[in-house]
Amino acid sequence: MALRPVRAWAATGLLNVSYDPTRELYQDIDRSFSAAWARQHVGAPVQIRTSHGGSGAQARSVLEGAPADIVTLGLAYDIDILAQNGLLAPDWQKRLPHNSTPFTSTIVFLVRKGNPKNIHDWPDLIRDDVQVITPNPKTSGGARWNYLAAWGWALRQPGGTPDKARDYLKTLFAHVPVLDTGARGATNSFVQRGLGDVLLAWEDEALLATRDIGPDKFDIVVPPLTILAEPPVAVVDRNVKAHGTAEIAQAYVEYLFSEEGQKIGGKHYFRPVNPTILAAFHDRFATTDTFDIASLGGWGTVQKQHFADGGIFDSIYTK
Amino acid sequence: MTAYLSRRLGLPRRQRDPLPGFGLGLGLTLFWLGTLVLLPLLALVSRPWQEGLHRGLLAFAHAAHDGRILSALWVSFGSAVLAALFDLVPGVLIAWALVRSDIPGRRIIDMLVELPFALPTAVVGITMATLYGPTGWFGAPLARLGVHIAYSRTGIVLALMFIGLPFIVRTVAPVLRNLPADVEEAAAILGASRAQVLLRIVLPALHPALVTAFGMAFARGIGEYGSVIFIAGNQPFHTEIAPLLVVIRLQEYDTTGATLIGFVLVAVSLLSLAGISLVRRRLSRGVG
Amino acid sequence: MSRIVYALVIYLLVTVMIVLPPLLVVVMALSHGLGAAIESLADPDALSAIRLTVIITVLTVCINTVFGVMAAWTLTHFRFPGRNLLVVLVELPLSVSPVVGGLIWLLVFGTQGWWGAALERWGYPVMFAPPGILLATLFVTFPYVTRTLMPMLAHNGRAAEEAAVLLGASLWQVLWHVTLPGARLALVSGMLLATARAMGEFGAVSVVSGHIPGLTETMPLHIETLYNGYQTVAAFTMATLLALMAMIVVLVRSLIERRLDRTEPSI
Repeated sequence: MALRPVRAWAATGLLNVSYDPTRELYQDIDRSFSAAWARQHVGAPVQIRTSHGGSGAQARSVLEGAPADIVTLGLAYDIDILAQNGLLAPDWQKRLPHNSTPFTSTIVFLVRKGNPKNIHDWPDLIRDDVQVITPNPKTSGGARWNYLAAWGWALRQPGGTPDKARDYLKTLFAHVPVLDTGARGATNSFVQRGLGDVLLAWEDEALLATRDIGPDKFDIVVPPLTILAEPPVAVVDRNVKAHGTAEIAQAYVEYLFSEEGQKIGGKHYFRPVNPTILAAFHDRFATTDTFDIASLGGWGTVQKQHFADGGIFDSIYTK
Repeated sequence: MTAYLSRRLGLPRRQRDPLPGFGLGLGLTLFWLGTLVLLPLLALVSRPWQEGLHRGLLAFAHAAHDGRILSALWVSFGSAVLAALFDLVPGVLIAWALVRSDIPGRRIIDMLVELPFALPTAVVGITMATLYGPTGWFGAPLARLGVHIAYSRTGIVLALMFIGLPFIVRTVAPVLRNLPADVEEAAAILGASRAQVLLRIVLPALHPALVTAFGMAFARGIGEYGSVIFIAGNQPFHTEIAPLLVVIRLQEYDTTGATLIGFVLVAVSLLSLAGISLVRRRLSRGVG
Repeated sequence: MSRIVYALVIYLLVTVMIVLPPLLVVVMALSHGLGAAIESLADPDALSAIRLTVIITVLTVCINTVFGVMAAWTLTHFRFPGRNLLVVLVELPLSVSPVVGGLIWLLVFGTQGWWGAALERWGYPVMFAPPGILLATLFVTFPYVTRTLMPMLAHNGRAAEEAAVLLGASLWQVLWHVTLPGARLALVSGMLLATARAMGEFGAVSVVSGHIPGLTETMPLHIETLYNGYQTVAAFTMATLLALMAMIVVLVRSLIERRLDRTEPSI
């Protein structure tokens, strides 16, 4: 009995496999969704579990058999991998509004209180006296956004070429003293262990750190140009069929786009895609210029070019 | 004796051996070993060749030229050797304190020595990173002196030393206790100084035990993951250990790549252990 | 004089190298008071992690003890071709990285592995479910019982057992009334060693668990989850509890070893 809970809970439970910085968000969403679901449906209350980790690691565990009903990962490529292996339909991103992205975010700099190193823009990161904390792009979704934000910025500079962008990244990563495997690990290195001068982070992660963890310890610096990060969500078709949870899983992902879901997202520092609700939270999100992943060629291209074995990221670590 | 006789006489052993249970015992042992160790290890060994011998060889050749894999293996191997070596001195000192000295608090130390074994490795990693990080109890004063331990190879060695210390103490202490004290006393009576007694009499007798202890600490260290990743820094080519690279490859959906590194890691640690046991056999023969 | 210096050196070594890291764990756990620490253990996910760890540990130790005793019996009391190879193979898991100890099960039971897809289709997923955690823990604790028991059995010899058989005892009677009582302390010591290792295993389990709170998280994995969720007090409280559980086990073991030293000739 004790060894087979996976089947025992499948009928009334839902498993959301998510990425690192969404712990607080989905704790809240899970609670309010199960309350909403219980109001509409008579019967046993639904139990939702959410598992967190580096986006790539989480996708890998779903691929190898973790019984996820829903995936809410850091970037579309990790869900594409699942689609390629037949866990969900190839057109999954078209099934929900806004490219299946209920909340967006962006990449910002978290610095020590008062910004002692005077960091304002991407060139400041490669000054001699600056140490940068960012996780490993090979294992962390957030780190891939960090990396691509830097890449996109460098490309857009006057006279910017891929070669120059590569040189910038090579210098940047020479300033990184520790590569954690997940975004939350990197935040812990910066926040709890006092490592580095600047943390490249999800905006939501940075806001959480300044407002909830150490209000008087950190400042947020929003660079003039950064990337628009779109972490998508999807129902894992094959698993919900096996668990008989298709209906509730669909309701869950749709709930994320509902007014209530969007509000909870805003409360946890994610940018709601619903413009009215975004406007209600406008005071917490700085306005800045952004570019999106499509402008870099989309995830398929970017993954092959940068993060595959022997790609640009590998080359910046080869002497 | 009976087994020996029956073999000499060419008799079927089971007719002559009074002890029952050979067939059953061997059967259960093989089943247990087969399902829990051989089956999964077979999966590890066979995976690289799954797409044909040629592809497998190619993958190995590729790995042999992959600087990142080589340096990760080197970091794991080198740190494990250093940590096991550095553990020998404090290990022997503590073992001596436990069985040969009369310093107060020996029994408490005896139990404290087991602490590294009792802490889960992930907790060891987090606490070591906190202790030696730039704001930690040790890290902060050291950082003022310009010494940085966490997130460097020194950090890896330090974490492995913590993990390996009980292996040294627990292996050396029984041997020290069984060392006949009269030889030392005789040497002392003959005018040998304490240092001479230690160097000429005690240490040579300890050699085989030291080699065994080194081997155990090394074997634990080369594969260690949980305690290291928090304090290592995990930079490719610099502070990335081989087990972490296995995990990274898995997360890149590259199971074959992960298997390859795992395979090499197992091979390296087995070869080293075989070498160590060879050295030990030679040493124990030399000592008599 | 030199004795005092020596004692001081030992105290310093033990404090810096061994005592401080665990002490820091306790300090962190109690940083918001004892009440907060105890409260954090009442969380359902924490309770489930404790339960899973206990279940996995008990099963692991039982299975590895039953087979380990039989293996030690066979390998010490009989000489047969291939015996040395078996001895080496039994010790093999000691030199395999815990991460690899998880990976190998993925290769057999993962969806991309040999049998994973078939098992999942029949509704018995092994990986990312408790059976996978059990397999990984069985692997890393595999050698402990046999390894501790073998020198003791070899030392005791087989004369008593042979006499018992001549008097008409069955295999089980011999094992239960002659062999094991003679090596009781070594057996318990090996079991406790396996218990301590099984409770604290992180690397192997983390590869096969899937980290689902409340379902597939053991105590060490839950500690990592809590720590990453900024719940420092809860994380270190659970770490303290786990360390205490393991310390009790280790304490019992060292008490037993002390008796072993006294009552049975050293091995």
